[in-house]
Amino acid sequence: MTAAVDARDVEVRYDDFVALDTIALRVEPGEALGIVGPNGSGKSTLLKAVAGLLPIASGTLHVFGQPPRRLPVGSIAYVPQVETVDWSFPASVWDVVAMGRFPRLRFWNRFGAADRAAVEHALDAVDMRSLAHRHIAELSGGQQQRVFVARALAQHPRVLLLDEPTTGVDAATEAALREVVRELARGGLPVLMSTHDLESVERWFDRLMVLDRRVLAIGTPRDVVEGGAYASIREHVHTHGHLRLDHEPHEAHAFHPEIHP
Amino acid sequence: MNVLTAPFAYPFMMRAAIAALAVGVLCAAMGTFVILRKLAFIGDGIAHASFAGIVIAYLRGSNYYLGAAVVAVLTALGIGFVHRRGRISMDTSIGVLFTGAFALGVFLMSRQSNYAVDLESFLFGNILAVQQRDLEIVLGLTIGVAIALLVLYRGLLSTTFDPVVAEASGIRAGVYEYVLLVLVALTVIIGIQSVGIVLVAALLVTPAAAAYQLTKRFAPMFGLSMLFGAVSSIGGLYLSYYARGSSGATIVLFTTMLFFLALALRSVRQSAARRTIHASSPALSK
Ligand SMILES: Nc1ncnc2c1ncn2[C@@H]1O[C@H](COP(=O)(O)OP(=O)(O)OP(=O)(O)O)[C@@H](O)[C@H]1O
Ligand SMILES: [Mg+2]
Repeated sequence: MTAAVDARDVEVRYDDFVALDTIALRVEPGEALGIVGPNGSGKSTLLKAVAGLLPIASGTLHVFGQPPRRLPVGSIAYVPQVETVDWSFPASVWDVVAMGRFPRLRFWNRFGAADRAAVEHALDAVDMRSLAHRHIAELSGGQQQRVFVARALAQHPRVLLLDEPTTGVDAATEAALREVVRELARGGLPVLMSTHDLESVERWFDRLMVLDRRVLAIGTPRDVVEGGAYASIREHVHTHGHLRLDHEPHEAHAFHPEIHP
Repeated sequence: MNVLTAPFAYPFMMRAAIAALAVGVLCAAMGTFVILRKLAFIGDGIAHASFAGIVIAYLRGSNYYLGAAVVAVLTALGIGFVHRRGRISMDTSIGVLFTGAFALGVFLMSRQSNYAVDLESFLFGNILAVQQRDLEIVLGLTIGVAIALLVLYRGLLSTTFDPVVAEASGIRAGVYEYVLLVLVALTVIIGIQSVGIVLVAALLVTPAAAAYQLTKRFAPMFGLSMLFGAVSSIGGLYLSYYARGSSGATIVLFTTMLFFLALALRSVRQSAARRTIHASSPALSK
């Protein structure tokens, strides 16, 4: 079976700065992979690379056997960490989620009943149906985040990439979103998601990856947590908070045994 | 004969009306994407750049509009390229390229001792002088751009709103950006026929800005903008006939007036909405 995501020796650079170094990763269809790591560890960079938004400096990165940019339109749905859209854009919640259907529609296709059903289903999944006719500027930050998750869901992608989708959303929404992700994964969709919420990784993911420019550990959430890489990150976050300025992988991490699935 | 039909007894008025209508609707349709991409400046930029094309065409003895169109499209592509490669904002890129192209036109013209191009009709438009042949070109280009818009509508919309996520989903935001720039360039050239280089930006920006006042959703904004473009072209032409003023200027004045009407209407609506909220229970007014 072709892997959903297959990364071998992937290096991603921003000019001279190596943001990801010799990344090896295989994600199977139907698998939910969590990505944790401190600020600046390359989580967003990895998701962008898988989305085909960043070039690979070396190595190979395939999504369903092809470089991401060669995939048929509509294959990848991506929810960025920070949305930089113009909030005064003339669009309601419904309009934004409906744009998730656009990659699937040729110009001669009407926006039909199936598309409307997909939009409604996605709105229900994030509990935004009642606000469907609100203008996007008239939403709270968490509600805006939910709209972008719904747009990704409405797309019915072959790969779902979520960059910290739970940051800033309330507990009920997080639980609802987790249900959605679990259900999609059960249905065969591969999901890659970054998070800082280290407490609930076991409930979210089939596998967990600890990233700090390199893959420090990868395995079932339980193994990774027990293996210590998790703890070192937690300690790291506690001692360094969000103020870490250097981009060097921390020496401490190097002594933790890597865990292989 | 009544006041409404009187002007159209003249064939030249009929041609002018058809051309103005096509130009008005097309500019207004493109204008919706233009203002939502914050490119209000581009109409002016491309129009001025096309001046170089007019001068070059004059020197080579070829068709002025063709020269203008070629330079306009090249400038549009250049604007997109410089924006992406130079990592500068689109506005800055427009500023760099159009002044350069315009300067080239001025330079080439300044080397000519006798210059016989009817510059005035380019600067201010001359829709009343539209010949059958011009009308065919205008209609042909209009239909072409309209078909492109129809085919690319959804892609243009989603890359305008969120280019990054669109790109991840496989909709090539960069390609759409270039295509939009080229379509805008062609639209501007068509618009120059109607209102001239100096005022064409208004046809692109003002109807869309007026429509934006009245709706919070894209599709109605798109439709209203085209409606405003049509109304101001025909309305302006009528007014210019009876007021004996420049047709281009009158069309632009008409669309400016529509904009302020729309703005006023929105303010009225907003204060009405505010009153309703205050009148209802405090629980609902949060
Ligand atoms: N556009 C860019 N240009 C240059 N360097 C960048 C760029 N984006 C990110 N970086 C650098 O690459 C590294 C990885 O960034 P990335 O955004 O992937 O981190 P992250 O793990 O997502 O962090 P966070 O938890 O804060 O979201 C950081 O050191 C960052 O400074
Ligand atoms: Mg990030």
